[in-house]
Amino acid sequence: MQTMIKVRDLARTYQMGDIEIHALRGVSFDIHRGEFVAIIGPSGSGKSTLMNLIGCLDAPSEGSYELDGLPVELLDTELLAAMRNRKIGFVFQQFHLLARGTALANVALPLAYRGGISSNERMERAAAALERVGLGNRLDHRPHQLSGGQQQRVAIARALVNDPALLLADEPTGALDTATSAEILGLFSDLNRSGMTVVLVTHEPDVARATRRLLEIRDGRLMRDVPTSEAWASQPTPTQRRRRLPVRQQWRIAP
Amino acid sequence: MTAHDSAGEPSAVRTHEAAALDAAIDDLLAGGISWRETAHFAFETLRTNPVRTLLTALGVLIGVAAVIALLAIGRGSQESITSSITANGANLITLRPGASTSGGVRGAVGESDSLTMNDAEALADPLRAPNIALVSPEYAGSAQLVTGSNNANARVTGATPVYAEVHNTTVEEGGFLSEAQNRSAENVVILGATIATTLFPDGGAVGEQVRLNGQNFTVIGVLKSSGGTGFGSVDDGVIVPLTTAQRKLFGARAIGGSWSVSTIVVQATSAETVDAAAEEVATILREDHSLPADGSGDTFSAINQQTILETVTQTTQLLTLFLGAIAAISLLVGGIGIMNIMLVSVRERTREIGLRKALGAKEGDILLQFLFESLALSGVGGLAGLILGSAIALSVNLTGLVTVSLSWDVALLAFGFALAVGLFFGIAPARSAARLDPIVALRYE
Repeated sequence: MQTMIKVRDLARTYQMGDIEIHALRGVSFDIHRGEFVAIIGPSGSGKSTLMNLIGCLDAPSEGSYELDGLPVELLDTELLAAMRNRKIGFVFQQFHLLARGTALANVALPLAYRGGISSNERMERAAAALERVGLGNRLDHRPHQLSGGQQQRVAIARALVNDPALLLADEPTGALDTATSAEILGLFSDLNRSGMTVVLVTHEPDVARATRRLLEIRDGRLMRDVPTSEAWASQPTPTQRRRRLPVRQQWRIAP
Repeated sequence: MTAHDSAGEPSAVRTHEAAALDAAIDDLLAGGISWRETAHFAFETLRTNPVRTLLTALGVLIGVAAVIALLAIGRGSQESITSSITANGANLITLRPGASTSGGVRGAVGESDSLTMNDAEALADPLRAPNIALVSPEYAGSAQLVTGSNNANARVTGATPVYAEVHNTTVEEGGFLSEAQNRSAENVVILGATIATTLFPDGGAVGEQVRLNGQNFTVIGVLKSSGGTGFGSVDDGVIVPLTTAQRKLFGARAIGGSWSVSTIVVQATSAETVDAAAEEVATILREDHSLPADGSGDTFSAINQQTILETVTQTTQLLTLFLGAIAAISLLVGGIGIMNIMLVSVRERTREIGLRKALGAKEGDILLQFLFESLALSGVGGLAGLILGSAIALSVNLTGLVTVSLSWDVALLAFGFALAVGLFFGIAPARSAARLDPIVALRYE
């Protein structure tokens, strides 16, 4: 299987005045083409820092990061911008659609920054991407005319339009209700089944459950790297948990 | 990396890998958004905020319009003043009775101070005044002119035939005064162009009768329009024989057997000899009027056209510059308005900037987009200001108060200045936008 992401001893240190903050303290893992991975961890664990590094939005202090064969840690800001444009499709919690543009214009935006594609072709490709997320009949709608789920679908179409190596989603269901969240997660699963490498960053176990592999970050370190199916197997179900409570408390809860 | 099945040695693998990497990097560097597309984004933003765009552009609009209108009016006044001075010839010296003072204000005119025909004749003597070519004694007053159905008030100048040559006036219709008409004080009149149109709207003035202060005069000529609207334009006046003005119209006094005149205009042989001619004028008048030779008791004032021209030109140029500077300040204020709005816009659109960067916009792309916005604001404002300024200048022209002088160089200068202001005040906001950290910008609330 082809390695899409190769992370070795990746570390990121921020300087806040005299204090050094070790947001990430050396993380190593590989993600192969076609995987569906969740990066989980509580806030402050360093998962956002890791996402920024994987997303080429930030440069590591130490370690190496190879995306689709390119050594990201060696690239300058211009090349990082080009990497984001060509290799990564971002999906954000807040959708981040341009309010004044139509769905089509929003989706076509990354193609404009790629350059060298005629306006007609851009529109065709954007329309195809919207079709793929089930919004083929909403091309000329503006964000305010769409529901939250539909807006997120537009954002996913935008992430897909440049045919990226990696779909990187940051809490993609954080602003959506449960039903819509399930729809969006289903869409990610569909995209993954069609061969897309998908990385979700989340703190919600329900979201992580939709993926097939779990990377758990805690205190800047990779704590667990397990298949999702095994991650919760050892955890007690609610009934088990109750049985494990001390006898005295159990007595109090269930009179 | 994909497998290198053809690679035999490790070094060959490395070079192959390096080449592949180079190719990938080259591919990344290729392309990028075109400046047209970036400009399109900028215009799109301006188009979707029409009120803000108009209000911001208004600052520049007013600045450019002010620069163009004020400079046009300033230049126009300067030109009309200059031309009305030079229309009379640059080598003229105008003599008036009364002592000259430094400020050009004449003192009271006493009887003995009057200039007379004798003075004019003395100045015309080529032996006493070799640098004087022509002498035109004049007597000015004002009178009401009446025809059958029209009337007008006009400045009446009593003149001799020399007047035409000294003042560079040309007759459009009919002829100028003759020596004979002057000698016998005939009631003939030559009309200025404007007066002629007022009294005879249908033309055909020559040969007609005009009543001038109750006396009948025959029109013998109409002067060609001088075009100037400055002071002392001949268009608004009429000319009669000097003797007629002195004896019949205005009752001039005869002093020592010589008729008084209100003005003597002396033409030097050339512009270079004006100073020498002025010396001669002073010497002759002081001798004939028994005045101190050092000029301390002069009872006349001599005004040199050249000096007036220089002073006036200097003054009007300064005035034009001053007007331009005030207008430029308002343009500068417009520029600050652009900067203000652009800074607000950058702040307001922080998340948009973050998103664009996440989607692959380079720093230069963002910089260019915001620069295009401020340039478009100043460009649109400048263009509208150009039109408004020209319209103001032209409508001022129509009122007839001042002749304006619109010129391309001023228009281009004002427009160019507006663009420069837009660029200058656009740089700081654009740079702050370009330098935003996408991570921070995306999280900005």
